[in-house]
Amino acid sequence: MSEVIVVTSGKGGVGKSTTTANLGVGLAMRGQKVVLIDTDTGLRNLDLLLGLENRIMYDLVDVIEGRVEIRKALVRHKKFENLQLLPTSQVKDKSAVNPADLMALCDELRKEYDYVIIDCPAGIEQGFQTAIAGADTAIVVTMPEVSAVRDADKIIGELGRSEKDNIKLIINRIRPAMVDSGEMMDMDDINDILAIKCIGQVPDDIKVVTSANRGEPVVGDNDSQAGKAYANIVGRIMGEDIPFMEFEKEGFFAKLKKAFGM
Amino acid sequence: MLDSLMRIFNSEKSGKVAKKRLQMVLIQDRANVSPEVMELIRDEIIQVISKYMVIDKTDMELSLENDDDSVALVANIPVHNMKHHR
Repeated sequence: MSEVIVVTSGKGGVGKSTTTANLGVGLAMRGQKVVLIDTDTGLRNLDLLLGLENRIMYDLVDVIEGRVEIRKALVRHKKFENLQLLPTSQVKDKSAVNPADLMALCDELRKEYDYVIIDCPAGIEQGFQTAIAGADTAIVVTMPEVSAVRDADKIIGELGRSEKDNIKLIINRIRPAMVDSGEMMDMDDINDILAIKCIGQVPDDIKVVTSANRGEPVVGDNDSQAGKAYANIVGRIMGEDIPFMEFEKEGFFAKLKKAFGM
Repeated sequence: MLDSLMRIFNSEKSGKVAKKRLQMVLIQDRANVSPEVMELIRDEIIQVISKYMVIDKTDMELSLENDDDSVALVANIPVHNMKHHR
């Protein structure tokens, strides 16, 4: 049974592409056949996060417009050959692909892959409608900040209107120390507000940035809290029942301070 | 010193403030999105009340009103008569 998943958020900058890259690599590490589709036409980025920016020959728009077969446009991951990327065009705009086109493409790809994961552009305009068209499941990425949560709610409403009812939530860039001191909403708060099943909470982690710098998603890096969190999300997507992990909240100095009652 | 006193009086943490504010604004957002839904609510309220009362459907008013810390569905439904029930 293959699954087409769209990763969306409404607000930009909450980590859609980072999430897509990590889920893709994570699922591939678990032996799944995965294809990632970047639909943020004009703002190509998924290639960079996966370290595949120098291997692109063709793009999504070439495939949609019939210039090249899907097979030829897919870029194989360097390390995981069961992971492929269909990059988007860096020159065209979002009107170059319409919902029917993408739906047809997803149906074609689902014959061969276990997971088709679509990286959605920010916003709720045509690019969003196109990206969600062929999806069975939507993963909404948000952050514990008021604007990101409000936009997530808007996106959830839009998904409902498009009869996409299988919606899951990932809360990204949580700062456990702030949650601890009551200065940031936690997973329960956001669950109360959005009432969507949460499949992951990812802490803010410098390794997300350093791994993006190298084009190697952090998933599976067990020295990284975010890497572990992404690996857990991958397991949950595959149907495993994995409890939410406790974050390591404090560094050495914070512990020392506490020990001395400071 | 003054700063820490202020902090004690202004004791609600920003995480809780964020949650409360979002819960309020989202009621408005969700309601704002679709006049169609308001119309559906209106029609169903009319159906239910009409079982028991004769009401003036044209003069009926239904709206979402918000104060600082609450949102209320306010209905003004003129009643002409009660219906008799066995």
